Amino acid sequence: MNARHLINYSLHLADNALVLGHRNSEWTGHGPILEQDIALSNIALDLIGQARYLYQYAARLMNAGERPAVPGGPVAGAAGSPVTEDQLAYLRDSWDFRNCLLVEQANGDWGTTVLRQFLFSAYQYYFYRELRESRDGELSAIAEKSLKEVTYHLRWSSEWVIRLGDGTEESHARMEKAVDQLWMYTGELFLPADYEQSLAPLGIAVDLAQVQPLWTTRVQEVLKEATLTVPNAVAQKGGKQGRHTEQLGYLLAEMQFLQRAYPGCEW
Amino acid sequence: MEKQHNWPLWEIFIRSKQGLDHKHVGSLHAADAAMAIENARDVYTRRMEGVSIWVVESKYIHASNPDDAAAFYDPANDKVYRHPTFYDLPDELKHM
Repeated sequence: MNARHLINYSLHLADNALVLGHRNSEWTGHGPILEQDIALSNIALDLIGQARYLYQYAARLMNAGERPAVPGGPVAGAAGSPVTEDQLAYLRDSWDFRNCLLVEQANGDWGTTVLRQFLFSAYQYYFYRELRESRDGELSAIAEKSLKEVTYHLRWSSEWVIRLGDGTEESHARMEKAVDQLWMYTGELFLPADYEQSLAPLGIAVDLAQVQPLWTTRVQEVLKEATLTVPNAVAQKGGKQGRHTEQLGYLLAEMQFLQRAYPGCEW
Repeated sequence: MEKQHNWPLWEIFIRSKQGLDHKHVGSLHAADAAMAIENARDVYTRRMEGVSIWVVESKYIHASNPDDAAAFYDPANDKVYRHPTFYDLPDELKHM
């Protein structure tokens, strides 16, 4: 039972990183200015790197056990071959993905993208700080390494949110709109899924109740400096349990096209 | 006043490791110094090129004029005595 939860937990963390990394990579070549194009592409690569470690770990757990929960059913790990990180990323369908809804939301304008990054980086920052203390050595090591990257993501995205929020009339209006659009997806970050509820008391998963007040304080500070208002919005949820917004379907269709059309293709 | 569409240009200097000098590596655009340092981090240190960054807005760099080259640099050509090459060095002394 715990093995299945640990697999799902690792996939949840991996999916968060991969989906946001992919969203950011959609900006590559389209950034508002060369320097920021590179900055966001670097962040995309950091996140995809984190996703790889987590998928590799999930795959190892699956291959070690009797594979009670191979997501993607007949495709991933079919015919007795071991599960790989690529299968987990490219051959699962949207209901197998356990990322939170925030990271799958469309890029919108630059303001929406940097706000999404800020809201999630603030979460990842406090989250990884806790995960470093996990009793699971693998997760703790991944958290240790990722925290350095996320510290920069948080700095970079905070500065953009402040710059645009407290910028021109137009940039301020766009940021207000972005906050209204994305805020409803932040509540889910702190609603523990079944695998988190089961692993947190064991000291393996992060207790989200520890992260929430830290996140709230940091986010409110930055939004205040950016002269943006924090809305009251009903929390949308479901992503962590595989119930997604339609956005994820489009993302996966593009991201997975090649492996689905040409299975096993390498280049 | 004409609206400014481009961010100012910055010259970037990177120190590759402790103890060495900062070296000019190129230039980039940024809205202010803080952003210039972050852009330099993202553009010029992503392959482990450095441990320290200096940025200077390009307009503050004053350069010599190429037209002055003859007057500036040619006179040094025939002043070999300015090189310390006329000393007898003991054999034990290496790396001079």
